[in-house]
Amino acid sequence: MPITRDDVRHVALLARLEITENEEQELAAQLDQIIAYVEVLEKLDTEDVEPTSYITPMETPFREDVVSTTPDTERWLANAPATDGRHFRVPKIIE
Amino acid sequence: MSDLISLSIDEARRRLDAREISSLELTEAFLARIEATQGKLNTFISTTPEMARAQAEEADRRIASGDAGPLCGIPVGVKDIILARGTRTTAASAILKSYEAPYDATVVARMRAAGAVLVGKLNCDEFAMGSSNENSAYGLTRNPWDTDRVPGGSSGGSAAAVAARQCIVSLGTDTGGSIRQPAAFCGVTGLKPTYGRVSRYGVIAFASSLDQVGPIGRSVRDAAHLLRTIAGHDRLDSTSVDNPVPDYCSALTGDVRGLRVALPREYFADGLDDDVRRAVQAAAQQLQSLGATLEDVSLPHTEYAIATYYLIATAEASSNLARYDGTRYGVRLGNDSGLLGMYRKTRAGGFGPEVKRRIMLGTHALSAGYYDAYYAKAQKVRTLIRRDFNSVFANYDLILAPTTPTPAFKIGEKTDDPLQMYLTDIFTISANLAGLPGLALPCGSSADGLPIGFQLIGKPFDEETVLRAGDAYQRDTDWHTRLPQ
Repeated sequence: MPITRDDVRHVALLARLEITENEEQELAAQLDQIIAYVEVLEKLDTEDVEPTSYITPMETPFREDVVSTTPDTERWLANAPATDGRHFRVPKIIE
Repeated sequence: MSDLISLSIDEARRRLDAREISSLELTEAFLARIEATQGKLNTFISTTPEMARAQAEEADRRIASGDAGPLCGIPVGVKDIILARGTRTTAASAILKSYEAPYDATVVARMRAAGAVLVGKLNCDEFAMGSSNENSAYGLTRNPWDTDRVPGGSSGGSAAAVAARQCIVSLGTDTGGSIRQPAAFCGVTGLKPTYGRVSRYGVIAFASSLDQVGPIGRSVRDAAHLLRTIAGHDRLDSTSVDNPVPDYCSALTGDVRGLRVALPREYFADGLDDDVRRAVQAAAQQLQSLGATLEDVSLPHTEYAIATYYLIATAEASSNLARYDGTRYGVRLGNDSGLLGMYRKTRAGGFGPEVKRRIMLGTHALSAGYYDAYYAKAQKVRTLIRRDFNSVFANYDLILAPTTPTPAFKIGEKTDDPLQMYLTDIFTISANLAGLPGLALPCGSSADGLPIGFQLIGKPFDEETVLRAGDAYQRDTDWHTRLPQ
């Protein structure tokens, strides 16, 4: 299915990316070309095929449910763009 | 000095243990080499000379007390997508330009515990997305064999640094060929282990069902030493598998008699460069002359691998990279634009064009109305690709194939056409989709004097056979000993 500039605007919002008019045009053309290429998969009948999400047999590992604390709050906050010393600060969400 | 930077791990180990050289001397030789060549090659995003000297001195104390394992005192480089506490870790992205790793990745913790010396963080494509190292926010890396050419990607810095003798071995990551393709382009040896063999804890995620950390060295033996150190179960990565870790070096017996080697027809089809075809066929014959048997086989779904990969990998990436939103780490832009505006401006300003393209593609493939046609479909085709390998491995021990369709291409040659760039991954992607170990090693030289590589793909968790065959080949040939000028 061809990719339009409207599609690109919609996907950019879902992906939380701000894009310029130029990017919108370029991405529409590039994604359209890539999507046309990947549609080769339509040739294959996969009606009765199970999907593979992980290669290794996955089992949920369990551990004891014990209380622990994360030390060094400063270490985890050190890379944050804005903090109040104990929390991450974000722009106001609710007026 | 030049002889110190040319040492293998075993040679360095012998001289360190005999106290003929110290780890500090060895480390200084590599630091000087980096200083002299970094400007031309741009292999490192950051170097860590002070950390390296401190680790070397500590290694010398361990050696003096007789407590030195194989990697103790050995200078290593680490791809800048892997966290090492005390280093800036950027994933080659502007969005993490001042990110200081708050903890060690498990692979780094294991190297430190083994006494390895970290000389720096190696350049790569942004978030490991790329096949040429041209997508780094810190400048492209050049191929030491021809500085007008790319080193490959995404672990281009890791491969180029080993080729240029800036470290003895390095760590890369491989999601669709990102260790093996640059290893081939730079004439070095690189292994993507079985999915689950090596912990991904502390490795910045690109596509979680495909990513795997692996070693790059100038020989199979050096790579085997590093794999032994980093492999094994880790409770911090639930996808790491609790299988025993063999002594990979003792598996290197030189004996490949009776080994059944399969040559997939689809990997020798039209479009394969003539020099590459000749060199890879000669490598196969070399193994045959050592006692392996060769037979042609088919992996019929090969032509669907790239499409499958670029749907799955981008879908996983779009989800993994959602965390870069200007809140907990990294760059924040648009603080006055409301929460949504901040997210959108941060990501617009922080990510490079290829990362944006892949996030867009992956988001599209996962979005309402397209999920079944793209992402779910690709997961089903992944099953078909996996089955192809299962049926070959029912009768064979190894698959032998080219690593790349051509030798290293020119800088700028493919940057205008993302799809052409993706197509260069044709021979490496399937091993990731099927989770199999793949070893790339040099086997020839093009008419232009560029390295050519071949690839050995093995059964799950059978790195021993893959490495044994690669080592037997290297005992009998000298391609891996050649160095760029």
